[in-house]
Amino acid sequence: MSLEEKKQEVIDDFSMYEEWLDKYEYLIELGKALEPYPEGEKTEEKLIKGCQSRVWLDYERKDGKLYFRADSDAIITKGIISLLISVYSGRTPEEIAGDDFGFVEQIGLRENLSPTRANGLVSMIATIRRAAEEQI
Amino acid sequence: MVVQEFRRLFPALGERVYGKPLVYLDNAATSQRPQTVLDKQRELAARSNANIHRAVHKLAVDATEEYEKTRDAVKDFLHAGSREEIVFTSGTTMSINLVASCFGEAFVHEGDEIIVSVAEHHSNIVPWQLLCARKKAVLKVLEIDEFGGLLTESLEKLISQRTKIIAIAHISNVLGLVNPVADIIATAHRHGVPVLVDGAQGSVHEVVDVQALDCDFYAFSGHKVYGPTGTGVLYGKRKWLEAMPPYMGGGEMIETVRFSGTTYAPIPGKFEAGTQNFNTIPALQDSLALAKSCMSDPEIIENQKNITEYILENLAKDPRIRLFGVPRGTWTKIPLFSFVVEGAHHEDLALILDKMGIAVRSGQMCAEPLMDRFGVTGMLRASFAPYNTMEEAAYFVKCLDKAISMLI
Repeated sequence: MSLEEKKQEVIDDFSMYEEWLDKYEYLIELGKALEPYPEGEKTEEKLIKGCQSRVWLDYERKDGKLYFRADSDAIITKGIISLLISVYSGRTPEEIAGDDFGFVEQIGLRENLSPTRANGLVSMIATIRRAAEEQI
Repeated sequence: MVVQEFRRLFPALGERVYGKPLVYLDNAATSQRPQTVLDKQRELAARSNANIHRAVHKLAVDATEEYEKTRDAVKDFLHAGSREEIVFTSGTTMSINLVASCFGEAFVHEGDEIIVSVAEHHSNIVPWQLLCARKKAVLKVLEIDEFGGLLTESLEKLISQRTKIIAIAHISNVLGLVNPVADIIATAHRHGVPVLVDGAQGSVHEVVDVQALDCDFYAFSGHKVYGPTGTGVLYGKRKWLEAMPPYMGGGEMIETVRFSGTTYAPIPGKFEAGTQNFNTIPALQDSLALAKSCMSDPEIIENQKNITEYILENLAKDPRIRLFGVPRGTWTKIPLFSFVVEGAHHEDLALILDKMGIAVRSGQMCAEPLMDRFGVTGMLRASFAPYNTMEEAAYFVKCLDKAISMLI
């Protein structure tokens, strides 16, 4: 699936839920299903600053593509990370760096989260983008 | 006054968020403002907007009168001995910084000691750390017990010949327990040590009498007592304020300015440099009158007490909840509840409650040392004001339970 198709899929999935509590339920499910992140790698270096909850994000490069993994001590944040990973993991650095990450706004995540959380979201996106730029 | 009647004075409390009635439980951070305060702010901006203390024209005279009348209102609110002991600031943070800076400049030297408690807000820690770094002084910490009670009996041991000042909260913004400040002040004074009381929470919930307390400084913010943001007060005993150098230089705070040497205005003007917040400070008259009337209203007092008991009882019922600041023995608790829920992150809970219409605070509450003391990364805090109802308390308990079950 192309990056554009995948983004559209996430937007469609998310728009099925009208109520915010249902959207949270969905994010909580995604968060719970996120692939485990090794405890030993929850280092200060992998910690993303700017979040009220703690978020660790790491990636590796395989066959010219970037694969992300992440964790958080807050489950809704974890759900959001899961969304981001499902969209951007397995893409080339060029694809990621060239994207505008606008879909996050389209699903209403940015404005409907608290400012501190929105900051966290911005930090997560910045970290993914920076990883891609470093790998080009 | 019945709570419902009191509530109607505050337009924000009739708002809806996400289609649900707003239940505002973040009062320890900012309280809502009554219509009278909002009207006063607008009226001053529209009709008396002129620099105070200088010009002779009508607008300036009106503005000055309103501003100085507020000083009298604050003097009465704190039961201070004289109006000159009341300094207007932008908030508690500025008030404490002023004392740390100016008292520190005059009286703190290398090797001297300052005592704060582990339960202080960052605003009552960092200004003292800055002072200590500047003067090579030492910051000592009064600890608390596992329930959040200050270990006041160990204060005597912490005080030494080098102790220059003790800075302590009247009520912690996390624990909600009323500290025995009168005892602390008495102990400190026996050793000749002055005490600053951070009254950011205390001024909202307790009748403050600075003369009876005999505190040397008392600081509070307008925005937590139904007043405008950017308004604050520092009460200081005359002997200290007169002995302290100015905080900032500028207009208003001077007597004469010459390149050969400048002399300063008498207190409180010495500490009020530059154009003051004359459009908003006078709105404190209404907000403080309202705060005072709440504190003596039997129905409101009863309601606050009932809410406190009800929430304490319900939080205690749930074994997953760990409350910080548990009232025992003679400790009094205000309706402010900080806690963690095992297996549910405070931020997740706050986000879900928000979507149910409930505004609570999550995070470190500007008290990282206290978070470390209890070994947590943050807490959830629900802080009630006199305008919150028992129905809101019950709705909060119900929604909290639902939020927890969504997460666990």
